[in-house]
Amino acid sequence: MQPIKPQPCDPAPSRLAYRYQRLMLTPLFRLTLRVFLPFLLSLAVAGIYLSDADRRDQLAMAVGDLRNSIQTRPEFMVNVMAIDGASRTIAEDIREVTPIDFPISSFDLDLELIQQTVAELPAVARATVRIKPGGILQVSVTERDPVMLWRSRQGLATVDKAGYVVRPVNSRSARADLPLIAGDGAEERVDEALALYEAAAPIADRVIGLVRVGKRRWDVVLDRDQRILLPEEDAVTALERVIALGHSQDMLARDLVAVDMRIAERPTIRIAERAMEEWWRIRQTPVEKREE
Amino acid sequence: MTELYETQRAMRNMRKAAMQRGVVAVLDVGTSKIACLVLRFDGTDRLNEVEGIGPMAGQSGFRVIGAATTRSRGVKFGEIHAMQETERAIRTAIQAAQKMAKVRVDHVIACFGGAEPRSYGLDGAIELEGHVVTEQDVARVLAACDVPDYGEGREVLHAQPVNFALDHRSGLSDPRGQMGQRLTTDMHMLTVDEIAVQNLAHCVKRCDLELAGIASSPYVSGLASLVEDEQELGAACIDLGGGATGISIFLKKHMIYADSVRMGGDHVTGDISMGLQVPTATAERIKTFFGGVVATGMDDRDMIELEGETGDWEHDRRTVSRAELIGIMRPRVEEILEEVRARLDAAGFEYLPSQQIVLTGGGSQIPGLDGLASRILGQQVRLGRPMRVHGLPQAVTGPAFASAVGMCLFATHPQDEWWDFDLPVERYPVRSIRRAVRWFKDNW
Repeated sequence: MQPIKPQPCDPAPSRLAYRYQRLMLTPLFRLTLRVFLPFLLSLAVAGIYLSDADRRDQLAMAVGDLRNSIQTRPEFMVNVMAIDGASRTIAEDIREVTPIDFPISSFDLDLELIQQTVAELPAVARATVRIKPGGILQVSVTERDPVMLWRSRQGLATVDKAGYVVRPVNSRSARADLPLIAGDGAEERVDEALALYEAAAPIADRVIGLVRVGKRRWDVVLDRDQRILLPEEDAVTALERVIALGHSQDMLARDLVAVDMRIAERPTIRIAERAMEEWWRIRQTPVEKREE
Repeated sequence: MTELYETQRAMRNMRKAAMQRGVVAVLDVGTSKIACLVLRFDGTDRLNEVEGIGPMAGQSGFRVIGAATTRSRGVKFGEIHAMQETERAIRTAIQAAQKMAKVRVDHVIACFGGAEPRSYGLDGAIELEGHVVTEQDVARVLAACDVPDYGEGREVLHAQPVNFALDHRSGLSDPRGQMGQRLTTDMHMLTVDEIAVQNLAHCVKRCDLELAGIASSPYVSGLASLVEDEQELGAACIDLGGGATGISIFLKKHMIYADSVRMGGDHVTGDISMGLQVPTATAERIKTFFGGVVATGMDDRDMIELEGETGDWEHDRRTVSRAELIGIMRPRVEEILEEVRARLDAAGFEYLPSQQIVLTGGGSQIPGLDGLASRILGQQVRLGRPMRVHGLPQAVTGPAFASAVGMCLFATHPQDEWWDFDLPVERYPVRSIRRAVRWFKDNW
């Protein structure tokens, strides 16, 4: 009979050590030990710590303080707003619509919102907003270029090439340099109006404005209550024809009310009433045969 | 009969499960050492793509990823003698192998050398129902084998059909699909002591492992150390182990006889220990360093110092010549080989077409053993080493590990055994249930 207790020099692992080693070689157990257990442990610690409302508040406050201290560092502060590419009045408008209390942290600035607000100004075509180093809020603006004066029921306003209203104008004389258009839907066809004005350059001193009729065609209004009625298509050609006639036969200088070019094959003129009567009178006067 | 089917099938299913999981351990419980190899199965398909490489005798499907050896304790004559000691030794080996493999093993296939294996030749014959042999017919003919009375307390370890004959044609390895009238079979059955198997199963179970198969050590060392043509033409594998010497005879790639002699290298060590008055550990060392079986004139002058720890100067400073050592070892080795010769004669080894004898096991490393063996056993003797398998460490490629390596081959490519075939339908106890199941399958 051998001794019941194993000898001390026994190289065999004890049952416990053997089982422990086998357990540690089990893949699922190793995964549990390496991943799940630390995860659960840290989750439990965090949960217990945060279960107290005071500690939560404390933590939130500490985080807030830290956040604040970082955000208010001078590196992140914005002190000035610089506006590029805008005239003085528009710059004032921009400052008005973006009320910002400087200095402000750049974290608190919503650049996208500022950009949208600025871009929504009628006089602004495009706007880019960025924060430049040195604490400058740089607003770069592309202004709309007023090319026309548009008279509508609401009053006078300048419009740009695409027909956007730039700004209202008090009187025609304020922007006497701009050509005038009027009528419903006139502002949508500013490019056509511009082409017509270009064609009307020889009689520019006589042109008062263009009127859009029925949202489909243009009338050129001249002084002395004269009108040139242009067709829907090839309006420029028709106008050029009228001007050519005016040159060759002095047509526009005569006592006409309107030149109707709406049907290209049949240009029509309307004579003023007084001239008409005069003409009739001349026609009706019997020609006395001179008796010799 | 039925419970034999059940236990063996349970083990076979467990082996399949282990292969599915990909890791299985093989355990060679020997008298002098316990070896454990951890195998990983990575599928045989990988090598099939390469042209010019065959299935490599089934070695391509697995890889040895862990190997450990420990001194065996509590095993005598290849049987477990002191359970607690053996359990601890098995635990040591398994733990070291697991550590090397870095994977946990749950299934183990074990082999042992002793437990008085006895071989029986069985035959059975049936008349075929149809003209073509079906799997059911094979099962029927195997069931028709008349089992000899192998005695109380014995258990069948292997029962392999080794030959089928259809009418007058014999030597069929697979009769399925062939035409004939009468099917006969020859079967080899190996029984061992039930107690030894139960002890081993208990030890394995105490180590928290599942026993997925048991093999006889002579059989598996024959698998490892006999080359293919030797297995085909007839050869005997002599596994000179520590406590038992295993004998297995192969013919047509089947084991047809196995036996074991209850003598081995430990007896040689014991003789040296007694003859030279030295402790067993010293005797073992002297045997492995200076041992031999053929003395020459040189050996008379070759003096071996016998170191001792007794404190008696005269006793501790003795020397013996190597010739004396050989004089002690040789009679015992001769005795073992003569006993083997007797067993081979009893088995009718001389009637085999080829009488190759392969010596393997730790004892085959004695210098000059092949000369001595050829004088006793016959002319065709060679020393065999186990074949090489993937990932086997250099330290365990020696002949002492023939059965461990053979276990790897046995685990991956087991021979068809009796219980691998279905029970014949008429013996099936739950036939009515099966019919009910079939009715459900047909009608739903």
